[in-house]
Amino acid sequence: MRAICLYLHIHQPIRYRQYSAFDISCDNNYFYDDYNGRQSNERIFRKVAEKSYYPMLDLLEKNMQKYPEFKVSFSITGTWLEQAAAWAPDLVRKIQAMVKRGQAEIVGETYYHSLAFFYNREEFNAQVEKHAFTVEKIFGSRPKVFRNTELAYNDELAHWANEKGYKAILAEGWDKVLGWRSPNYVYRPAGCDKTRLLLKNYRLSDDIAFRFSNRAWAEWPLTVPKYQSWLNEACINGNLINLFMDFETFGEHQWKDTGIFDFMNALIPSWLSVYENKFVTVSEAADLMEPVDEVSMPSTVTWADTERDLSAWLSNSMQTSAMNDLFALRDRVMETGDKKLISDWRKMTTSDHPYAMCTKYWNDGDVHAYFSAYASPYEAFMYFMNVLRDIEYRIATDENEINLE
Amino acid sequence: MLGWELPPHNSGGLGVACINMAHALAREGADIDFVIPYEADYSNIDYMHVISATHLDPIYRYGGGAYESARIEEKIIEDKYHPEKMSIRDVQMLYCDFIKTHMMDFKPDVIHAHDWLTYEAGILAKKRFKAPLIAHVHATEFDRAGMNYGNPLIHEIEYEGLMMADEIIAVSESTKRIIHEKYHIPLSKISVVYNSLDEDYCKSDYTYSHDYRYIDAMKSAGYTVVSTVGRFTIQKGLKFMMHAAARAVAKNPKLLFVFAGDGEELPELIELAAELGISKNVIFTGFIRGKKLRDIYAISDIFVMSSVSEPFGLTALEAAHHGDALILTKQSGVSEVVWSAMKYDFWDEKKLADEILAIAQNPALRESLRDNAKNEYSKMSWNQVAKKCLKIYNKSIKHKR
Repeated sequence: MRAICLYLHIHQPIRYRQYSAFDISCDNNYFYDDYNGRQSNERIFRKVAEKSYYPMLDLLEKNMQKYPEFKVSFSITGTWLEQAAAWAPDLVRKIQAMVKRGQAEIVGETYYHSLAFFYNREEFNAQVEKHAFTVEKIFGSRPKVFRNTELAYNDELAHWANEKGYKAILAEGWDKVLGWRSPNYVYRPAGCDKTRLLLKNYRLSDDIAFRFSNRAWAEWPLTVPKYQSWLNEACINGNLINLFMDFETFGEHQWKDTGIFDFMNALIPSWLSVYENKFVTVSEAADLMEPVDEVSMPSTVTWADTERDLSAWLSNSMQTSAMNDLFALRDRVMETGDKKLISDWRKMTTSDHPYAMCTKYWNDGDVHAYFSAYASPYEAFMYFMNVLRDIEYRIATDENEINLE
Repeated sequence: MLGWELPPHNSGGLGVACINMAHALAREGADIDFVIPYEADYSNIDYMHVISATHLDPIYRYGGGAYESARIEEKIIEDKYHPEKMSIRDVQMLYCDFIKTHMMDFKPDVIHAHDWLTYEAGILAKKRFKAPLIAHVHATEFDRAGMNYGNPLIHEIEYEGLMMADEIIAVSESTKRIIHEKYHIPLSKISVVYNSLDEDYCKSDYTYSHDYRYIDAMKSAGYTVVSTVGRFTIQKGLKFMMHAAARAVAKNPKLLFVFAGDGEELPELIELAAELGISKNVIFTGFIRGKKLRDIYAISDIFVMSSVSEPFGLTALEAAHHGDALILTKQSGVSEVVWSAMKYDFWDEKKLADEILAIAQNPALRESLRDNAKNEYSKMSWNQVAKKCLKIYNKSIKHKR
């Protein structure tokens, strides 16, 4: 038996607008830009829904109806669910139906797609709990498998997941950690007895997610027979292929005219046409086999860039000072008990915000610049800090009120 | 090469750009004759021949008066030999005469003319020596007039020069756009070659010797120093900047604005600062150059290039060299090459105020801008400029044949 574990990450941040220093203490609307504005969450969400969410969910739905053994796993952030509820509730209903039929599984994560694990454990737990609660309410059961934001993983996180009783946790199958070992097996995180480790096969995942439309790539164009021959080769070393990628790969990162939808439409039946092949969800993958070995990642590994570390989020002084200042406010924000304030603060923890402040490759105008909603990393930082100042102002006014009472 | 000035007899960026470019071209193997409209001692330059077209003293190169458009049309031909009464137009005529009648055994491969001042001479040289003409646009009259119409005579000369040129070099994409849109020159004839920072500028071992003691004292009292440098003309958009300063000071009174330079807008700016009630936060230095100018860069935390239109804007690179965080208008050429800067539209006073406040309040932002901009300009060089020029020369020579 050989299995593909297809896992798609669905996320949109709630972007803060160009919040001016002159808005501080006067206006606490951080997140609603004009519909045509650069940071308009509604406009961006509707655009991506049109290009990616609708067509891809339709594709998955049709294949699930045709092939009962086709299965997918999703991680869906709270910030996405909130926006979908407002602007495209039928997207959520489509996923609900897939879960009900047993052909989709929802993966747990932080509600706000944050890096709270690295800053404040209490906040991290709260955000994971809020997400689990929301998933249970919408999809009927709590997540059994966990993924941290940006697949940021280390041994400490594995211990946490083990204690919380998660069946499995997802991570990047990075060569520097695995060495000669193959990502196509189930592993045991160092020192964990219950939790299993599922590792992304980044070569086969990135062939679709990043290289598919790249005409400079020697293997372009990628056809289904070619890709399936690579899948078969990969199965020589293990029999579980973990294809982890952003949901927006389909239609947004790789546009429709690249043929990405046709490719997926053909790949699913082609893979299933071999009798021993199947698709599994993440918790089925964990049950597929006994772990073959123990894997330890003392330092954090992510699925980003060639470095596979957190440097795209937390390397320059703007990013670190923004995050330090943000998390320094946490206790005071919580003490106010002001629900709106707490939710506003939490929306600022989304990892996309420090990502927009990344200057690593900024001068080369690469993907970091392409995915940013801001004119420059410096502007992203400027507006972020203005929002923090207003949050601080609101905390101070709330504290005064509490004292007066 | 036809130019109008070379340092130390330069009034602005043109002379600096010319000498750096010529030097770099010479290093690439070019044999250069550089014609200037005055006589001065350039025995220190051994990499090219500097040829004087007249016997005039350098101070007359912009005419007996200041460099102003109104005087250009005043023809005082009969007083040709009284330099004090000469206009810039007369100097241009003498310069053309020289090209027409002198330089006998002269066979240039290309003629490279810098700005409208030498375009007429360039056209004459093209005819006489049968060599392709390269027109190098450091600024157009539209830039100098703050995107208003400007002087019609200069427009005519510019238009003629650009039409007659075999190839045009623009110092930025925005200049290229102006040449295309205002003079209807086909884009295929215009190449963009960005300037670089003066090499001597980076090499010299300058240190700030704390001459501006008042500003020093304010800095130690927690003030952030914001400076701008240039001629105070409509082109520089300084009134917008003054309004932005007032907005920023209302939020953060510990801001000190230094306006370094001189020009016709000075009285208005002084008045405006008073009207806005921020006179205490604004310092006017008058015209400064050399070490005093460097001192201003060195003492500043933020440098603003507020120009309504700026073909390139070398001062921004100088400021970056001295560790200032840069704020540039999107209308400046330098903003096309420097990524690590805050940017705004010249009319957007609120955004400029926002950016000043943000840099003043966040050391992380100031440091990131400073370090990353330094990193960027250190990658630029005049050798790259020379290589691009040579490519353009070769292209024009091929076309001629």
